[in-house]
Amino acid sequence: MIAAIAGIVSAAALGLGSLLLLSGALGLLRFPDFYTRVHASGITDTLATGLIVAGLMPHAGWSQDLTKLILILVFIVFVSPTAVQVLVKSALHGGLVPVTRKSS
Amino acid sequence: MLVTALAIASVRDLFAAVMLMGIYGLLSASFFVLMDAVDVAFTEASVGVGLVPLLMIYTLGMTRDVNREAKASPGSLALVSIAAALLFFGTLDMPAFGSADAPAHRHTAPRYLDESMTETGIPNVVTSVLASYRAYDTLGEVTVVFAAGVGVLALFFPGASSTLDAGNPSLRQYTVPRIIGKILIPPILIFALYVQFHGEYGPGGGFPAGAIFASALIMYAMLFGLQTLKRVVNHELIRVLAAAGVLLFGTVGVLGMASGGNFLDYDYLAADAKTGQHAGILLVELGVGITVASVMLLQFLAFADRKNAMENG
Repeated sequence: MIAAIAGIVSAAALGLGSLLLLSGALGLLRFPDFYTRVHASGITDTLATGLIVAGLMPHAGWSQDLTKLILILVFIVFVSPTAVQVLVKSALHGGLVPVTRKSS
Repeated sequence: MLVTALAIASVRDLFAAVMLMGIYGLLSASFFVLMDAVDVAFTEASVGVGLVPLLMIYTLGMTRDVNREAKASPGSLALVSIAAALLFFGTLDMPAFGSADAPAHRHTAPRYLDESMTETGIPNVVTSVLASYRAYDTLGEVTVVFAAGVGVLALFFPGASSTLDAGNPSLRQYTVPRIIGKILIPPILIFALYVQFHGEYGPGGGFPAGAIFASALIMYAMLFGLQTLKRVVNHELIRVLAAAGVLLFGTVGVLGMASGGNFLDYDYLAADAKTGQHAGILLVELGVGITVASVMLLQFLAFADRKNAMENG
């Protein structure tokens, strides 16, 4: 019973994560400007990767692998948004001007 | 990977070329994971995607940003084509890639895979081959890493003048990287130690551990300033440690000889052969990790000091 629920939750998390990754990749390709692209891929990638790692957790069971997965999840949640922030800050510092309605 | 390599060769903007090198390193690491060579993927990811592009960017900051137009020379093109053709011709005699008939797969690989657990007692065959069966090759690799460090120092030895009035530029004023960095640097250092000592049971070993350790300290230097890192980590000590790692490796090898075995024969390091192998592999990997971490840090310090001196000296 618990195993069935865990299986369904895991499948849902993995599926949702894959869909979000796809949408992030679509945003990366279709958005007009660096800042919008980084926003699209960075935010969806964090959530999607987190969901995929969380979806793998029921399969690992109560073992050392679960600890490693939890650590990976925490690390990704910390680092991925920071990387996006640093990218955007350095692009602003370098002088890249965001596309606005006036300029496009 | 072929597309990335062609792009690196043809792109004019050197900064883009460095980023493409990082992408190439990432593709290589994924390729290695697909081939089940996780140890190598680990090392490639930490060195080829992190440290090498970093040093390249420092070099770009010291030189120019765009590739100068090179004159097309038919003579050199012909020479390179002839050399490439000769190399291809030479590989025709070798067994096909991954073929089960190759001597490597019929004689040496089965022997290592079958005997590794009984002879060395550690589960990770990659580490037992690297550190025990082929320890001589690994000694050569560590010496090459050390020689590279010495070479960089010979070019860029940080003199006393470069540290006095260079200031302490850092990213301290940017809140988000600073806080996240403060939270992450201790776990990264612990992870490096985990990778170092757990290399016998899982993927890891001295090479990736050294690279990860050095990258944590480099992140510290970028967030809090080069002078701050120098106060934490003594430059003299790093130079001594770089040599000490190679020395440890060689000493373990000679100790085997002193008790009657061959060079790098760990069986004679302890009363029982398996314990000796265990001890030998542990010490040897430790030597590798120490040298790799120190050399990476030395290279970073040399490049960063030189850049600092060029900007403020």
